Amino acid sequence: MENLQALTGEALNLVTQTDDLSVLDQIRVDYLGKKGQLTALLKTLGKLSNEERPAAGAKINEAKQQVQQAIQEKKEALEQAAINLKLASETIDVTLSGRSASRGRLHPVTKTLQRIEEIFTAVGYTVEQGPEVEDDYHNFEALNIPAHHPARAMHDTFYIDKSSLEFAENGKDEQYAEYVLRTHTSPVQVRTMENKMKAEGPPIRVICPGRVYRCDSDLTHTPMFHQVEGLLVDTHISFADLKGTVDQFLKRFFEADIPVRFRPSYFPFTEPSAEVDIQCTNCGGDGCRVCSHTGWLEVMGCGMVHPNVFKASGIDTEKYSGFAFGMGVERLAMLRYGVNDLRLFFENDLKFLQQF
Amino acid sequence: MKISESWLREWVSPELTTQEMADQITMAGLEVDAIENLSGQLSGVVVAEIMSAEQHPDADKLRVCQVAGVGDELTQVVCGAANARVGIKIPFATVGAVLPENFNIKKAKLRGVESFGMLCGQTELQLGEDDSGLWELPTDAPIGTDLNDYLGLNDSVIDVDLTPNRSDCLSVKGIARDVGVLNRLAVNEPVITPVPATIDDTFSVTLNAVDMCPRYVGRVIRGIDLTQPTPLWMQERLRRAGLNSKDIVVDVTNYVLLEQGQPMHAFDFDKLSGGINVRKAVKGEKIVLLNGQEATLRDDTLVIADDTSVLAIAGVMGGSDSAVSAVTTNIFLESAFFAPVAIAGRARAYGLHTDSSHRFERGVDYQLQEQAIERATQLIVDVAGGEVGPVSVTEADHHLLAPKTVKLRRARIKAGLGFDMSDDEVLDILQRLGLTLKGTDEAGWLLGVPSYRFDITIEEDLLEELARIYGYNRLPTTSLLMEINLPEKTESIQPLRVIQQQLLARDYQEAVCYSFVDPEWQQWFSPELSPAKLQNPISADMAVMRTSLWPGLVQALKHNINRQQSRVRLFETGLRFVPDNGNGSVAGLQQQPVLAGLIYGNRDDESWSSSTDKVDFYDIKGDVESLFTMTGQAEAYTVTAAEHPALHPGQTASVSYNGKVVGTVGALHPQLQQQLDIPHSVYLFEIEQYAISAVALPKFTPLSRFPEVRRDLAVIVNQDIPVSDIQSAVSKVAAEALTNLKVFDVYIGKGIDSHRKSVALGLTFQHLSRTLTDCEINESVNRVVESLKERFNAELR
Repeated sequence: MENLQALTGEALNLVTQTDDLSVLDQIRVDYLGKKGQLTALLKTLGKLSNEERPAAGAKINEAKQQVQQAIQEKKEALEQAAINLKLASETIDVTLSGRSASRGRLHPVTKTLQRIEEIFTAVGYTVEQGPEVEDDYHNFEALNIPAHHPARAMHDTFYIDKSSLEFAENGKDEQYAEYVLRTHTSPVQVRTMENKMKAEGPPIRVICPGRVYRCDSDLTHTPMFHQVEGLLVDTHISFADLKGTVDQFLKRFFEADIPVRFRPSYFPFTEPSAEVDIQCTNCGGDGCRVCSHTGWLEVMGCGMVHPNVFKASGIDTEKYSGFAFGMGVERLAMLRYGVNDLRLFFENDLKFLQQF
Repeated sequence: MKISESWLREWVSPELTTQEMADQITMAGLEVDAIENLSGQLSGVVVAEIMSAEQHPDADKLRVCQVAGVGDELTQVVCGAANARVGIKIPFATVGAVLPENFNIKKAKLRGVESFGMLCGQTELQLGEDDSGLWELPTDAPIGTDLNDYLGLNDSVIDVDLTPNRSDCLSVKGIARDVGVLNRLAVNEPVITPVPATIDDTFSVTLNAVDMCPRYVGRVIRGIDLTQPTPLWMQERLRRAGLNSKDIVVDVTNYVLLEQGQPMHAFDFDKLSGGINVRKAVKGEKIVLLNGQEATLRDDTLVIADDTSVLAIAGVMGGSDSAVSAVTTNIFLESAFFAPVAIAGRARAYGLHTDSSHRFERGVDYQLQEQAIERATQLIVDVAGGEVGPVSVTEADHHLLAPKTVKLRRARIKAGLGFDMSDDEVLDILQRLGLTLKGTDEAGWLLGVPSYRFDITIEEDLLEELARIYGYNRLPTTSLLMEINLPEKTESIQPLRVIQQQLLARDYQEAVCYSFVDPEWQQWFSPELSPAKLQNPISADMAVMRTSLWPGLVQALKHNINRQQSRVRLFETGLRFVPDNGNGSVAGLQQQPVLAGLIYGNRDDESWSSSTDKVDFYDIKGDVESLFTMTGQAEAYTVTAAEHPALHPGQTASVSYNGKVVGTVGALHPQLQQQLDIPHSVYLFEIEQYAISAVALPKFTPLSRFPEVRRDLAVIVNQDIPVSDIQSAVSKVAAEALTNLKVFDVYIGKGIDSHRKSVALGLTFQHLSRTLTDCEINESVNRVVESLKERFNAELR
C-alpha cells in the first residue's frame, strides 16, 4: 500500500514517455491487467482492517483510473498522430490532370449540320438522304435543268466514266444514261417527292443534308462540300412563308437578331427565286474584307418550287405549292466559328479538328 | 457583264450615286459583282505634242524631246520610245504625276540630260494593251487637256453578274431598261437613222433549218476604208467592257453587241460565193475558226455556209477564211436570230465560249435584228465610209417569232406572294416592264410578253417580276402555320449522332475525307473491286469513288504523322461506292453508309499517369464492341478470324450481324504500312451503319434474391483454339444457373507447353428461386471440364 503512489507515478511516467501503441498496451497490462502491479495491490486490501479497507480500496481504484485515463488519452493522441501522419503521407497534388481525360471532337461540318437539323426537326421536318452518285435525271432534268441549259455551266459537274460502271443499266433509258456526282442536294428533293407521291402525298417537310461535288478547286472552292436542302410542300404556301422560315432559321442559327435580306435571283428549279444575305457577322454591316466591303454575306439560295419540278414528280400545281432552300454548310461553319480557310475542312489536321 | 457607267447614264440617269445605283440593281436581281472607279487612278497626265525630238548625246536609244502641253513653255523630256517623233500627240505625265499602282513621276537625269516627266504608252497608263511605244492620240486631241477629261475617265465600270435567265440585260440597252423601270424614268435610246441604200447589192440567204434560225438579216456594204481608226470614244467603251479594239468593222459589231445585245458578224464579201445557206452541219465538215482552231463539226451544229464551204458556226464564231482583214473593202453584215436551243451547248462542245454564244444560248430579242444592222451600218459608214446596200430580211413564219402571252390570275398573286397587290400596282409594274395588256377577265389578265424577255413564259414568272419590282424585302414575312402532330419516334433505331458520341467519348476525332481517292490506294484496299471512275477528276489522285473509307483515313493519318503527331484516332461516316446492282443501287453502285475508324500510336494520350504502350488489335476491337453493346443486342454480333488484302493476315476479323458480314476490323498489313512509311502499327475498322443502328428494346428479367457463387477454372488448350469457342462450349454445357462467364486471364509462356495457352475462366452461378447447393455447382463445373477436355483436349491447370 505504501508504494501505491510510487507505482502510480511510475506508470504515469511510462505512459508519458512512450510513443508506441504496443508499449502503451504493455503498460496497461503491466499495471492494470489481471496480474498488473496496481491490480495486485487490491489483493493486499484483505490485510487491512475493515475500517481502513474502503478508503484504501478507493485510493487504489482512483490510482487505477488515473492510469487508465492517462493510457486512454495517450492512446487517442497516438492514434490521432498516426492518422495525421498517414494523411500527411497520402497528400497528393490535386492539380495534376485526371486519367484519360481526352475526348474527341465532332468535325465542324457535322457540328453545323447537326445544329441545322436540330432547328428544323424541332418543328417537324424530317431528315432525308440520297445517293451521291446520281443520275442526270434527278440531278438536272427533274429540276428543270435540261441538257445544254446554261445553268449547267454554273455547276462544274463531275461526270462518272460510264465504262467503269459494270453494273449500271446503261442503255436502258437514254435519260438515265449519264451519271454524275450530285452537284447539289436538290435531287434528294426530287426523290422525296417521288416517294411521297407513291404513298400519301403532301404535306412534305424535309431537310436533306449531305455531300455535294463540283469540279472546282482553289482558295475558296473545294471539289467536295456540304449542303442542306429544305423542302416544304403543302396547300397555301407562299413566298411570305418562305421568307419567314429562312429569316427565322438564320436568326436561330446565329443566335442573333441579324438583319436578313432577300435578293431576286435565278435557279431553274424555283420561281420566284432569291439569294439570301445576312448582315456581315464580322463587321456588323460596316464593310470589311470578309464581306468584300458590301456589309452583306450571301448565305443561302431559295425560292418557290417551280411548277415543272412539281410536274416531274406528279404533284398537282393548282392544289399544292411549296418552297425550297439550300445552304452551304462550310460557309455557315466558317462564319459561325471564324474559320478563315475552307481547305482546312478536308485536311483532317488534328490541330484543326480538336478545336470544335 | 462589264459596262461603263457613263455609257449607261447616257441612256438613263437616275439621281443616284454609282453605289446607290449598283445597290438598286443588285436588289432587283442584277447582281453587281464589282465597281471599278476609273477616276483617281491617274493624275497629272495631260495631252501634249512633241515639238522637237533630238538624239540624246550619250545614248543611242534615247531622244530628247521638247513637249508642248504645260503652260506656254516647252518641257524637256527624255524618251526611249521608237515612235517618239515631232508632231504626234501623246499622253504626258508631268513631274508630280501619279500613274496606276502609285507610280510617281519625278524629275530625273538620264545619261546627263534632265527630263521633266514621262511620255506614256497605253500599258504604262493601264489604258490599253498596246505596248509598242508611245500612245499616239488623235491629231485633234486638245493640247494641255487633262487626260482624265479627254478620255472621260471620270467613270466607273460596273460589273454585273447576270443569272442565265436575264439575257435581256446583256447589253447597255437591257440594263438601262431595268434601271428605267426601277426609277420610273424614260430611257433615251440613241437615235438610229436608217442609212439609205445607195447601191442595189444584196446577197441571197436561204434558211434550211428554220427551227434553229427562223430569221436572218443581211446587208452588203462596199468600198469601206478599213485604215480609218476606230474613234477613241468607241475604243474606250469597248475597253471598259473588257474588249480590245481591232478594226472599225469588228469594233462596231462588238459595240452593237454591247449596246443593243445583238451579236453580229461581218464577212469579207469578196470571199463569199453563191449565197448564204443557214443549215445544219454535215458530220465531219471542217472549219478553221477566227481563233485559229480547226473544228470538226457535229451534225447538231448550225452553220452559216455559202455555196462552197462553211463560213461560221452560227452564233458562236466565224471562220478565218471569210473574216474581215486589213485588205477587205466590201463586207456582208449578218444580224440573225438563232434559237437558244440551236446554240445551247454547241460552243462548249467545241471548247468555245464567246460573247455571241453566251447571248444566243440565253436568248436574243427576236425583233432586234434590223435595228442592230441599221445601228452598225450607221457607225461603220460614219468612220469608214462605203456604199450601202438595202437591208434584206429573210424569215420563216415560225412560232419562235410569234408574240407570247401569259395569263395572270389575281388569286395566284395572293396565294404566291402572301398578300393582295392592288390591280393598279400589278398593271403598273408589268406595263413598266414592257408587258402589254392583251385582255382582262374576272380572274385576271392576259399579258403580252416583250420580245426580249425569254424568261417570262408562265404565271410564276410574272409573280417573280411583281415581287422583284415591288421589292423582295417589302413583301410580307410570315410564320408558317402548321398542323402539330406528335412525331413518330422509334426506339429501335439509334441515330448516328449517338454512335458518333460513343466514339468521341473513346477519344476518336471525327474526320471528313474526300469521297474520291487515288486509284492506286483504292487498289491497295479493295483490289477485288473495280471502282466508279470520274470522267473529269480534279487530279489523278482524286479519280475514283472510294470503295472503303480506309484510304481516306490512312491518308489523313499520314498527313498528321507528317505534322509530328504520334497518336492519331479518327473515325468517319459516309458512303462507300461498291459496284453492285442489287436493291437500292443507283448507277450500278451500292452507295452504302458506313462507319470507319483508325487508331495509331500510344494507347493513352501522353500524361504523367499514362503508360507508353501502343494500341493493339484489342483496343480497336473493344471500341467496336462498345458499339455492339450500345445496341442492347451484343449477342447478335459475331467476330471471326478472316482475311483482307490490306490487313495483317493474323490480325484480321470479320464482323457479322445476325449472320451477315457487315464489317471488318484489323491491323494494316505490315507491308503496306512499311510502303506508306508509317512507323507503327495501324488498326482499322469499317462497319455498315445499319448494323449498329438497330437497337433492341430492353427486356426485363427478374433479379434473384439468392446468393451467387463463383468458381474459377484455368484450362490449358492449344493456342489455335479460339477462346470464343471455349466460351460458347462452356455456356452450352453449364446449367442455366450460369449467369456470367468471364475470361479473366490468358497466359502463354513459362510453365506451359510452347504450343499451348492457359485460359482462366470465372463462372458465376445463381438461381432465381433458391440457393444452389455445392453439389449442383460441382456437377456443372465437372460437365464443363469434361466437355472442354473432350472438345479441345483441355487440361485443368
